[in-house]
Amino acid sequence: MITLNVNGKTHEVDADPATPLLYVLRNDLKLNGAKFGCGLGQCGACTVMVDGEAVYSCLTPILLLQGRSIKTLEGLGTAEQPGPLQQAFIDEQAAQCGYCIPGMIMRAQALLERNPSPSDEQIRAHMNAGLCRCGTHMRILRAVHRASKTMQGAIPGAKRA
Amino acid sequence: MNAKASSGGFGPQTSGPGLRLSRREFVAGAGALVVSFALLPRLGTAQAAQESRAPALPGSLKDTPMLDAWIRVDADGTITVFTGKVEFGQGIKTALVQLAAEELVVGPARIRLVTADTSRTPNEGYTAGSNSMKDSGTAIMNAAAQVREMLVGMAATRFNLPADSLVIEDGRVRAADGRNVAYAELVAGQSLHVTAQPQSKLRDPKSRTVRGKALPRLDIPGKVTGAVAYVQDLRLPNMAHARVVRPPSYGARLRSLDRSAAEKMPGVLKVVRDGSFLAVVAEGEYQAIGAMRSLGRSAIWDETATLSPKTDLYAELQSLPHDDYQIRGDASASAKAWSVESSYRRPYQMHAAIGPSCAVALYDGGKLTVWTHSQGVYPLKGAITEMLRLPPDSVHCIHMEGSGCYGHNAADDAAADAALIAVAIPGRPVRVQWMREHEHLWEPFGSAMLTSAKATLDAQGTITDWQFDVWSGTHSSRPGQAGNLAAAWLLQSPFALPTPKPIPQPEGGGDRNAVPLYDIANTRVVHHFIPKMPLRVSALRSLGAYMNVFSIESFMDELSLAAKLDPVSFRLRHLKDTRAQDVIRLAAERFGWNGFQQREPGKRLGRGFAFARYKNLGAYAAVAMEVDVDRESGRIDVVRVVAAVDSGDVVNPDGIRNQIEGGIVQSLSWSLYESVAFDDTRITSRDWSSYPIMRFASVPQSIDVHIIDRPGTPFLGTGEAAQGPAAAALANALASAVGVRIRELPLTSKRVKAAIGV
Amino acid sequence: MLNNRIIEPPYLATASGLLNLVKHTRPWNIILVLIGALAAAVAVAWAMGRHTSSASAGSPHPGPDASYDQTLVAKGAWLAAIGNCNTCHTASNGRTFAGGRPLSTPFGTIYATNITPDRETGIGSWSASDFLRAMHQGVDREGRDLYPAFPYDHFTHVANEDVNAIYAFLMTRDPVRAKTPANRILVPRPAISVWKALYFKPGPLAPDAAHDASWNRGRYLVDGLAHCGGCHTPRNALGAEKEREDLAGGTVEGWRAPALNEASPAPSLWTAEQLVVYLRTGFDAAHGTAAGAMAPVAHNLSSVPEAEVSAIAVYIAARMAASAGARATAAGNAPGSQGAAPVERSARGDDARQADVRPAKDGDAIYRTACADCHDGGRRGIALGYSSSMTDTTPANLIRVTLDGIHPREGEKGELMPAFRGALDDTQLASLIAFLRARFSRAPPWQDIGGEVAKAKRERESEDRKSS
Repeated sequence: MITLNVNGKTHEVDADPATPLLYVLRNDLKLNGAKFGCGLGQCGACTVMVDGEAVYSCLTPILLLQGRSIKTLEGLGTAEQPGPLQQAFIDEQAAQCGYCIPGMIMRAQALLERNPSPSDEQIRAHMNAGLCRCGTHMRILRAVHRASKTMQGAIPGAKRA
Repeated sequence: MNAKASSGGFGPQTSGPGLRLSRREFVAGAGALVVSFALLPRLGTAQAAQESRAPALPGSLKDTPMLDAWIRVDADGTITVFTGKVEFGQGIKTALVQLAAEELVVGPARIRLVTADTSRTPNEGYTAGSNSMKDSGTAIMNAAAQVREMLVGMAATRFNLPADSLVIEDGRVRAADGRNVAYAELVAGQSLHVTAQPQSKLRDPKSRTVRGKALPRLDIPGKVTGAVAYVQDLRLPNMAHARVVRPPSYGARLRSLDRSAAEKMPGVLKVVRDGSFLAVVAEGEYQAIGAMRSLGRSAIWDETATLSPKTDLYAELQSLPHDDYQIRGDASASAKAWSVESSYRRPYQMHAAIGPSCAVALYDGGKLTVWTHSQGVYPLKGAITEMLRLPPDSVHCIHMEGSGCYGHNAADDAAADAALIAVAIPGRPVRVQWMREHEHLWEPFGSAMLTSAKATLDAQGTITDWQFDVWSGTHSSRPGQAGNLAAAWLLQSPFALPTPKPIPQPEGGGDRNAVPLYDIANTRVVHHFIPKMPLRVSALRSLGAYMNVFSIESFMDELSLAAKLDPVSFRLRHLKDTRAQDVIRLAAERFGWNGFQQREPGKRLGRGFAFARYKNLGAYAAVAMEVDVDRESGRIDVVRVVAAVDSGDVVNPDGIRNQIEGGIVQSLSWSLYESVAFDDTRITSRDWSSYPIMRFASVPQSIDVHIIDRPGTPFLGTGEAAQGPAAAALANALASAVGVRIRELPLTSKRVKAAIGV
Repeated sequence: MLNNRIIEPPYLATASGLLNLVKHTRPWNIILVLIGALAAAVAVAWAMGRHTSSASAGSPHPGPDASYDQTLVAKGAWLAAIGNCNTCHTASNGRTFAGGRPLSTPFGTIYATNITPDRETGIGSWSASDFLRAMHQGVDREGRDLYPAFPYDHFTHVANEDVNAIYAFLMTRDPVRAKTPANRILVPRPAISVWKALYFKPGPLAPDAAHDASWNRGRYLVDGLAHCGGCHTPRNALGAEKEREDLAGGTVEGWRAPALNEASPAPSLWTAEQLVVYLRTGFDAAHGTAAGAMAPVAHNLSSVPEAEVSAIAVYIAARMAASAGARATAAGNAPGSQGAAPVERSARGDDARQADVRPAKDGDAIYRTACADCHDGGRRGIALGYSSSMTDTTPANLIRVTLDGIHPREGEKGELMPAFRGALDDTQLASLIAFLRARFSRAPPWQDIGGEVAKAKRERESEDRKSS
């Protein structure tokens, strides 16, 4: 049994400690946000946050995570009450197929928690670890900029008209 | 993305069993209207369909003419719209809901949309070729308008008032005297099982409230908050996980296998082997992966060197057996002396979905249900039925979204894997997802292509003769037959890959957009169709159009240079089509084509322009691009892109914008970086480090898309319109920046630097 | 590799300078530092009073407008690639050779200059002899001493004809108007002359008749233009390369530049052939990937004629092989044969040197679950027993690669290892590093891995701050 703290809740997980977090999130905890993309840490579709840093859940065995704080897409908000980044992605319509988007959001969340007002260059550099195949990059960048503003209260409660 | 099976008129797709669906009955809940569900037997060809019913019905109503096959109004107020098309990120669901909501005069939130399902929806073949709005959109729009008129007619009867005196507000028909009735009340005891009429009374474009607006995509809130959004997320009770051990190379055969270690691993339920098809099922997903690796270590394969990496790819293309089709003009068009001759090259490129393909299957009581992100559930059903040698109608395919596919990727193959495995453990749902290297190594690639363009110019700079040749493998080896499924080649009793046939003009496959839209006195275009390619190939977004437009539009710039004319005005003078002229002018104007200059000394800025009408019958798209080329490294930085598009009657402008933006970025990735690598036996592009694609560091500073709306005109497919023009605009901008013309894709830094020289 | 080393210019006897110096210098160096500082102070006074050379060396001044022999320009191009000029003289996202790249030193920041032929902001007004003098004597066009961040201590060995080829190459580049930001450094230029007096030995290298032409060409390139010692030779307290420890391994921006002499930590001895492959592709299956500061070097060498890279390889291989026997004994490793089996042994049991069993046990579990998938199955990454990051004197490279991964150039194929920065906390990382050392090398355990981990993280945070 390994104890995992996911989105502020504690879970006792009965899995091989070598199991990458991704499979535990998806299959044991039934959280859909993190996606399998490559299993190699090359694409970022599986990105979640651990202790505030963006982490590839496909490569992180749960034995490393006892007592650490894990945050997934589901920890940011719900469809009814989206978090600021989620809302920004909705407002900018920043998705095509959307498969990469949960990883993009979690990667951006890690950036904005550390640096609330990143420059465009910093956003591009930080997001470079994430791959998108539909070509939604421009919208993703706009969404991160938008969230950076809303999270600082520049556009309080901004919603799509 | 060929024409759907019914109208494509070629080989495998039209002949498989299981395509014919018997008529079914749908019974709604107590007290509700019983509506017959109407799916007519599909006819072999569009011609046959048209001959059988005249005049022709609009869009896919041609093949599925009963209104209740498309729209169901239940007595509880639910409005359900059925489409045979599927969502894969292009936003089609939202656009179809907008069309139905507009014509039915209800809020879009009241509409439930059911996408491709072989038990429930019309058979609209493949969701491909940017045909969804033209096929399904047109059908749903007309069906909705006709259903609305029927409902208004019922209300008129009930109120005993003339129909044109009634108004509708959000699904409620109102009379001037205040009486009103909801659709739900009207349908009680009534049937919508009627044949559609050729003409519909469509709503006046001026009064539209839902159409033409940027309605936010219906699927995005769920996708950004972790809803079950993809087949990858489907979690059925008692579901097991499977992984397939794929062979290392084309044609490899499993010589020996020691399955004992894998069978002893925790959670492993079964090792499934049929010939060289090898898979393992386990309780847990990671357990299945571990067992897959264990099996992979013990499996010994016989491989054959079938590839020739040392030979020049393009020389090989011309040397492979090919069938020639003259698709335009005749030999008399051949000029004696050409003013300009060029040839262009495109390597194999891949779909490379971010999420590896996935499917869930359940075999229970002799019935097989497959949840799949295939682009064509009906053709897939036929292929799986054939592969498993099951009786007709024992397979049910249900579409669920997957990761974006961009054409025929491994979606169908994963479904076939799931089907094979599910049959081996009846009663348990099985989820199969491919690993990254499976997807890279085994998906069907976009065909390598070679083109040759020749033209003569007269003294005024007008093109008088034009000859264009294109060599290409097939762009459709989609299932329809078992032999189109990767697993079927491996079985003890294998199925052979059917010999493909070219997709006929005007859509075309390798020759898609090979005929220039320009007005040229003498034009000859020849398609050299190569039936058997060394690598597995099929439909990759825009098919041959990407390469043909890259070639033609690069060549147009070369000709304009020879004629000493501005590339934009050179194009305009060869075009009579005013809609083509309009997008070209709009893109040029918004880009600032005429005032363009190298604004920053020391930079190698260049401007490039390109235009095409997708398939010569879809959307018009013009792309202007500014690049900055580092002469020392050969690196091309795309600074900004301006596009103009005419998609006909605009249903969702943001959907069009998203498709064009995405198409441009994807095309830039193909055109700057991508090329499938292989040695004499194996594909070596197996992941993102060996097949790099575009990342954030390299996307343009800005992409602006300007839309010309044409209310009341037909829908023009948009999803693949940007690929070709973006590639050519890039090559033209490069030539403008550093004076070198590169005719071989991709335009890598290395290739650019080599062309520039020291 | 000008950008990749901590530049330690001559010290100035200012209070803050000394304070910084003391902070950044190992205690046993303090005495040296103080002596140096004193000398510097005296020298500054002397240098300030002395008139430097004339404004320009004059003579031939073909400049950017002249026509140059294309063969000469082409030669200059690959010589410039060997010299790695672009690496330092290009800012991130900037134009090649247009300068502006900041180089951090304990005393402030030096910016690499614009070496495009722009007349006002670059070197467009430099004559060929100005350029030659800069390369050979370390002075700018006005005759002022240049900071030794510009490695003229190596370039002084480059033959005139080669310098002229590089000049022709640079003069035929696109002039880029880009003013180099002013240096923010506490050391005034005149103090440089003291440093030069102490450490700068101008002039060509005499060929060594005991070796063949290839070896001699290799040494000429390695000691001269390629300035390998800039990174791979340790420096003294005043920032000069230690002459007697040539290529004995140095430190650049936190990375360890491994020894290229007989102290090479490579688990299997490099052959010249392997070096050629590594230097031209950035990867050799028996040694690994060129990461960190070495990645751009390999990229540059990919455009250089193979004979030149071969010469470099012959010389370096000879240097590393010099004490192969002694080295093999010290490392307990079988030398010589190509693709020699990597070191691998049990991390537990017989390992008396393993200070703490607990981290090793944790590290073993981390390795098996997070690393072995790629590194132990023949699937992707190299078997770690081949990597000199396991056997080097410090864990600096191993820590950095684990934290930040390895990334190919944008849009190009190449080894890609993900960053494990967030996945491993400091304790887990330290356990893993200790375990890898024990399992994949026969060398003694590294001391103070925790300190090295903290240092690597500090450096990264400081980089983050700089870029924000």
